[in-house]
Amino acid sequence: MNPFVRTPTVSRRALLGGAVALSTAALTGCGGRSGAPAPGPGSPRRGGRLRAAFAGGGANETLDPHLANLFNEASRAKAVFDKLADYGGDVSIVPRLASGWEPNADLTRWRVTLREATFHDGSPVRARDVLYSYARIADPKRAFRARASLALIDLPASRAVTDRQVEFALVRPYAEFPNLLATFGAYVVPEGSENFDRPIGSGPFRFDSFQPGRSLLLSRYDDHWDGTPYLDELEYLTANEESARINALLGGQVEYAHDVTPTTARTYERDDRVRVTRMPNSTMQGFTMKVDRPPFDNRDLREAMFLLTDRQQLVDTVLSGAGQIGNDLYGKGYQYYADDIPQRTPDLDRARFLIDRAGARGLTVKLDTAAVASGFVEAASTFAEQASTVGLTVVPTTGNKDTYWKDILDGGVLACYRSGAMPIETHISQRLLTNSTTNATGWARPDFDARYVRAISSADEGTRRQAYGQMQRMLHAEGGFLIWGFADFLVASAPRVGGVAADAPANTLDWARFDKVWLG
Amino acid sequence: MSLPRYATGRLLLGLGQVVGVATLVFVLTEALPGDAAVVIAGDQPDPERIAAVRTALELDRPAWQRYLDWLADLLRGDLGVSLVSGRPVADVLTANAGPTVLLAVLTLLLLVPLAVGVGMLAARREGGRLDRALSATVVGLYAIPEFALAVLLVALFGVHLGWFPPTAVGTGGNLLAQPAVLVLPLVVLLARPVCSLSRLTRAGMIEAAGSAYVAHARRLGVPGHRLWLGHALPNALAPVVQQLARTTDWLLGGVIVVEAVFVVPGLGTALVDAVTARDVPTIQGLCVLVAVVTVTVNLAADLVAFRLAPAAPVAR
Repeated sequence: MNPFVRTPTVSRRALLGGAVALSTAALTGCGGRSGAPAPGPGSPRRGGRLRAAFAGGGANETLDPHLANLFNEASRAKAVFDKLADYGGDVSIVPRLASGWEPNADLTRWRVTLREATFHDGSPVRARDVLYSYARIADPKRAFRARASLALIDLPASRAVTDRQVEFALVRPYAEFPNLLATFGAYVVPEGSENFDRPIGSGPFRFDSFQPGRSLLLSRYDDHWDGTPYLDELEYLTANEESARINALLGGQVEYAHDVTPTTARTYERDDRVRVTRMPNSTMQGFTMKVDRPPFDNRDLREAMFLLTDRQQLVDTVLSGAGQIGNDLYGKGYQYYADDIPQRTPDLDRARFLIDRAGARGLTVKLDTAAVASGFVEAASTFAEQASTVGLTVVPTTGNKDTYWKDILDGGVLACYRSGAMPIETHISQRLLTNSTTNATGWARPDFDARYVRAISSADEGTRRQAYGQMQRMLHAEGGFLIWGFADFLVASAPRVGGVAADAPANTLDWARFDKVWLG
Repeated sequence: MSLPRYATGRLLLGLGQVVGVATLVFVLTEALPGDAAVVIAGDQPDPERIAAVRTALELDRPAWQRYLDWLADLLRGDLGVSLVSGRPVADVLTANAGPTVLLAVLTLLLLVPLAVGVGMLAARREGGRLDRALSATVVGLYAIPEFALAVLLVALFGVHLGWFPPTAVGTGGNLLAQPAVLVLPLVVLLARPVCSLSRLTRAGMIEAAGSAYVAHARRLGVPGHRLWLGHALPNALAPVVQQLARTTDWLLGGVIVVEAVFVVPGLGTALVDAVTARDVPTIQGLCVLVAVVTVTVNLAADLVAFRLAPAAPVAR
């Protein structure tokens, strides 16, 4: 569910960007500006316009929050609209427009109470608006991203109890129902909304003007239920190249540059025009092994792959050190993460032994990769080198980046993979159950599915935690995800910008959020 | 051959060329792996969702049907709607044409006097120190690829010295509101054409100056400046005009790099975005626009050259 499918990656333009960064680095290196430290943001204060540079979707961008996909669309959606709930810093669920929720005894009906909130036109946010929004997302004739996640809700059987209370009927018991309310793209729009040329939401900023692919100007909404934003105005500007974003920041054309590379962060470490905020545990980095076909249907070979991987080297080279090593489990730092499982360390002797036992010595394996996410191609070649030390020939094969995710879903045996933040339960339900729609490892275990059903059917958090722990133990021992690291997400801002949250993995509430940001 | 007859023949040929380009672009876009539905689905390639997008975008219809519909619409002047946003393609083109046209026109306005001036100056001082200095400079500039030059200029004058804005971010496409943002892109766009055009002017002038008719005019006592401007220059300019037409093509299609580095929301940016999103109608619309401009500009250039030097061979 990492939403950012069209993230520009190592395109020709990005390559040019790299050249800019290099030459800029060379120039700033000889006599940069690092005199007296610039004044910081100070304590929160009101006023001003923050200009934020994001990569964009070109002239075809829309402000329909249910179509949000890119970083800038995700950020704009949360500025103008609200969800019922969202992800906190540990990807647990925090209430937003919903003030609370109560299930019935068998977890098939949930009553959600709405806060007292108003849309930008002054009308109250009502239960009917929520039901309309969810029905719009779930419309089978359309292909909104959040549709699959909301499939558990039986909308015809759901109803507005009062204006501020919704009763959701589910198609089966589901203890993690709040996860649905926080689903990426599940924004609440006023009943009947179809045209988003001048969007009306309940979020902290209201619409002012929009030029698709160029800029979006928003102004603060004084009556936002979560408090009035500090900024008077927020302007989203589009700069697809990372180098252009950082140059615009250095040239004083913007105050905030979203998504910068570790190289840029290092280049401007001592430059007092730039502050870099690191958001750890943002992007899971790994490889998928297809466990349903040779050669990785052999458990010994999978374990050998786990043991031959030098995770620290991958983090140091592929992520330029801006990240942490992984333990072949998704969701480091997130709620329900099994951090009691010891960290795997390289053990080449045992890896060789297991390869021999699997009869795989001298085996040649194709590793699918593409320039679809930063570091994929580098990760593939680094891993190939590591594999060669234990007698495996891994051949990195670069595919088409535009169709990569579809290509590796069904084809190949070994592929580069990454994912943004989502609850561990969502990761499991979307990718690791027999009937999951994006099961890229071919992991299909009836006992695993049964544990999942047990977990989500239990109202007791302890029981769920235990079940998630057992599932993670299975995956750690013999799963198809080789998860070697978690990348930091980096944003750069001018020194006078305050309130940029660091404890906010990409996709969570505080990431790319501006209503708590101020200009000092 | 008379001028009108020549013009009519070339116009018909041009129409054929535009349709040919549109067809070729359609075939090539269809040949790209994956379609808009797969690209939109991205890292969430839920097969059901891909199928739904495909149906919604009518991508499940055969390619030839979509092509014929598109062509029929085109004849009515309708470029269709974007697959991604559902907005009319014509709107996308209009919205993005402004910055590109502005850059192209300003470049041409500066280019012609600059290049012809440099070329004439060099020809007047053929073999002299000025000639060698000018030639060395323009050839040197020509040798730097435009992206490298752009990157260097941004790093030096935009970021390090802070003389000019490093990007056009925040201008909203209205570049004239902040004319300073135009300086660096214009320098990059001028660097290469100045060389080719001034070299052509120089060679043409030297050749014309040594020709029999100029020698004859000189014997008749035509004064020096009239000899150069009235007799030598028109003949020297015929190849220059045709090169200028090629430069115009390059400006409209090839500013992609400049637009990307300086974040100018023009046609080049729109094309890159459309190709990334497999937005076939938008790609088609842009290509038709570029084809029409190319054919028109080249036709105009050939007509001018035909008029300037009727004896010289021109494209039929």
